[in-house]
Amino acid sequence: MGAEPQAAAGNDFTARAPKALNDPTLRANFRRAMDGLMSKRAAQFADTPAWEALRARGAAAKARVLARLPELLVELEENCRANGIEVHWAESIPEANAIVLEILRAAGARTVIKGKSMVSEEMELNHHLAAHGIQAVESDLGEYIIQLAGEAPSHIVMPCIHKNKAEIAQLFAERIPGLGYTEDVDALTAAARAELRGRFAAADAGISGVNFAVAETGTLVLVENEGNGRLSTTLPPLHIALMGIEKLVETLEDLPPLLALLPRSATGQHITTYVNMITHPRRPGELDGPEKVHLVLLDSGRSRVFGDDQLRDTLRCIRCGACMNHCPVYSRVGGHTYKFVYPGPIGKILTPQLEGLDCAGDQPHASTLCNACVEVCPVKIPIADILVRLREESVRPGHSGAVKGGGARRSWLETLSWRGWMLIYSRPWMGRLAAWGMTRFGNLLPERLPLLKAWTSVRAKPRFAAKSLHELAREQGYCDE
Amino acid sequence: MSDARANILARLRAAPRTAPPERPDWTPPVFGEGRLERFRAMLGSVHGEVVETTLAAWPERLAALLAERGVRRVLYGPAAPVGAQLGRAWMADADAPTLVPYDRSIEEMKAELVHTVEAGVTSVRWGIAETGSLVLWPDAAEPRLMSLLPPLHVAVMAASGLHDSLAQLVAEQGWAGAMPTNALLISGPSKTADIEQTLAYGVHGPKELLVLVLTDQ
Amino acid sequence: MAQPATDIRLHAKPERVYYFGTCVIDLFYPGAGLAGMELLRREGIKVVFPPDQGCCGQPARNSGYMDEARAVALRQMEAFPNDWPIVVPSGSCAGMMKTHYPDLFKGRPDYERAVAFSARVHELTAFLVNVLHITLEDKGPPVTVTWHGSCHSMREMGVVDEPKSLLRQLANVTLVENPREKECCGFGGTFSVRQPEISAAMVGDKIQALEETGAARVVSGDCGCLMNIGGALEKAGKSMRPQHIAEFLLERGHGR
Repeated sequence: MGAEPQAAAGNDFTARAPKALNDPTLRANFRRAMDGLMSKRAAQFADTPAWEALRARGAAAKARVLARLPELLVELEENCRANGIEVHWAESIPEANAIVLEILRAAGARTVIKGKSMVSEEMELNHHLAAHGIQAVESDLGEYIIQLAGEAPSHIVMPCIHKNKAEIAQLFAERIPGLGYTEDVDALTAAARAELRGRFAAADAGISGVNFAVAETGTLVLVENEGNGRLSTTLPPLHIALMGIEKLVETLEDLPPLLALLPRSATGQHITTYVNMITHPRRPGELDGPEKVHLVLLDSGRSRVFGDDQLRDTLRCIRCGACMNHCPVYSRVGGHTYKFVYPGPIGKILTPQLEGLDCAGDQPHASTLCNACVEVCPVKIPIADILVRLREESVRPGHSGAVKGGGARRSWLETLSWRGWMLIYSRPWMGRLAAWGMTRFGNLLPERLPLLKAWTSVRAKPRFAAKSLHELAREQGYCDE
Repeated sequence: MSDARANILARLRAAPRTAPPERPDWTPPVFGEGRLERFRAMLGSVHGEVVETTLAAWPERLAALLAERGVRRVLYGPAAPVGAQLGRAWMADADAPTLVPYDRSIEEMKAELVHTVEAGVTSVRWGIAETGSLVLWPDAAEPRLMSLLPPLHVAVMAASGLHDSLAQLVAEQGWAGAMPTNALLISGPSKTADIEQTLAYGVHGPKELLVLVLTDQ
Repeated sequence: MAQPATDIRLHAKPERVYYFGTCVIDLFYPGAGLAGMELLRREGIKVVFPPDQGCCGQPARNSGYMDEARAVALRQMEAFPNDWPIVVPSGSCAGMMKTHYPDLFKGRPDYERAVAFSARVHELTAFLVNVLHITLEDKGPPVTVTWHGSCHSMREMGVVDEPKSLLRQLANVTLVENPREKECCGFGGTFSVRQPEISAAMVGDKIQALEETGAARVVSGDCGCLMNIGGALEKAGKSMRPQHIAEFLLERGHGR
């Protein structure tokens, strides 16, 4: 019932997809990477009852957060303040950027070293800081690679997953002085380490994300493998942590199940190399750690999502990326096709809610509703149901006005089509008449009709049967009770 | 900007409320006598090396292990029990590596720590068998960067400090009332798989993690 | 989210069942629909095909047209008035009726009715295996087949092993499993025409994986997938033949 894909506003995803689909290197890079991630995750959760119990516990922990979000945010704020962490609230991205800039300026900071933070990607913080004369260097190897390449992350956990070794070798040979072309991963890694060591030492501030903030204790929890997150939050004299207002847990007791779910779901690791729990800035007598720690709480549309009790479940997300690793659409079009910060299934439900259906209204339709994402989500986000809800909002905005750009994809032609469909299937005589007509004349429909043309690009035209099942069932006596 | 807090909270409070679900039962694994085996296997699976030794013997054993690796400059915390014992033991040993005390602030020691020390020796507060993890609560005597900046991290752990799971530790040790400045779980050396999912070690932190388990402790 | 394939209370073999033929089968694959009814009838069950049935409503629901989907869903609930099991030769349509009818009517007067209706819905192969404990005879010539499980059958109905266990009962049939069985074929209803390029890439990969099994036929329990996969096989000039499992099982029993 959809119109032909077009590059009209809100159809950017559909318009961009063919570029990725027609890039065999990109397709191969994603296919290989996703296959590896799926099998590693499956090995971690081979014990189904244990996985179900763990997942139920993790999902409940995040559901509890959403049930008490305003209280927990206040509790987190109070406990952080008591610990000496300064807390800032930002309603919007410009506000968050202004807060970060102000903190850095007040400290006289000129260079910043960054740990991985998807919120900072949302904020386009690096651009903002650069425009104000502050240089921010990404230190996660993947983020560093794409920063060198001038690209955006294509995956929330593995930002440069779209690049293969040869592409990275070429990039490093061009951009790292003294390093020739090498595809040796240890050599490439060592080169990045050598480049970034000095940056860490020279940085006036470190900026990081937050995986979980514990309301009960005012603790910021960061998980990572590389150690760049620890360096960013320990070596410079100033640490700024950025988090969405939903990334809390109530208590320390809720942390172990979530820590058991996150890395296994993400990369098939039983645990990340580092779990870094920060509760205070450097205390008197301590020899390292930042003198000042700031926490910036970013709303930017989240409280609006929270306002709808179905869409709210989107905010359970712990950013493991399992949904994209298992998504048959993501694995074929890659992360950049989504254009926004969050790709894959979680992006398809989060982006239209944060950016509006008028901007990303085609994304909820870029799914077969195959439920592969739902099956692996460690916190049981009903992604498929939310996709359908957003499809509904895009043609018939609901009571709550929960989503910006509701109704953006309304079209009289489509509405009329579904009305006709409804008449056929809710009035049996019309259904029988339509079936009679289609079985007798349906095969005469020309292939150039819009929907049929899309279908027959790679498939044979479907053939209507000579008689419908209704007719055959009646003939064979199945219709009598 | 000052209204942000009030506005965000007002929007959240205006939203429909749902009752928080109960936390369903979930039992973290228990290993009993198999704790150390599990710990060793899990840590080994992430490229960590476990060496069993004793309280009296570890400094000498460590000197030998470092000699094999050609490590000469070792960061230690002289005010911590582990550091103090190391200092005493190696002082008497002319062939032992050079000990670099972490006794001034990072700002004063940055060049040395970032670029020249080759190993850092820390104690371990607890171990976690389930995931093969070390729990460190760095403090003034053993600061945070000791386990991070040197290319080799040597961690000294009493076997009795091994617990089954993080959940058990958090509950039994009452973490909620006593969180330190920084609590760390360390499971293996620093690593990355950002280049074509190929593992490489030592990307930013230690390339090697050596755990000395004191079996008589 | 996977529901138990069958309601435990219905494990006793019923005298009568309703049959919901699905709109795709009605128009394109009536042979598969008849075969499913014949399989049930052979087991001594009276099969009733209510003539007022139509479509489960999934296409409209999945497109966000809830009012239209509800109107059609309501009509289906009216078409199956008695408290008999409803057997559906499609995991996808069964999934719509079992998991989404209650959602569609949540907070509305027909909610209880939708819940009761959904509890009566069974996917055909799960019904054959779990309720009828069917024993199959194979009179056909040796053939190698592969199985395509539909996403909704697996993930909404929890039907994963049942159809394969039926195929394994057949003495002359070799089942070669597709290592990528769990991956969507790219049909997705209107997805196939809303996102034709992505859908084409998915079905292209799917037929490649199916071909790599070396099977002569691909058997499935969902005619939406079969229309997609079969259409792609045909367009690409491949010899592999798509077939609905009901038709295949019946054919084996007849020795064809």
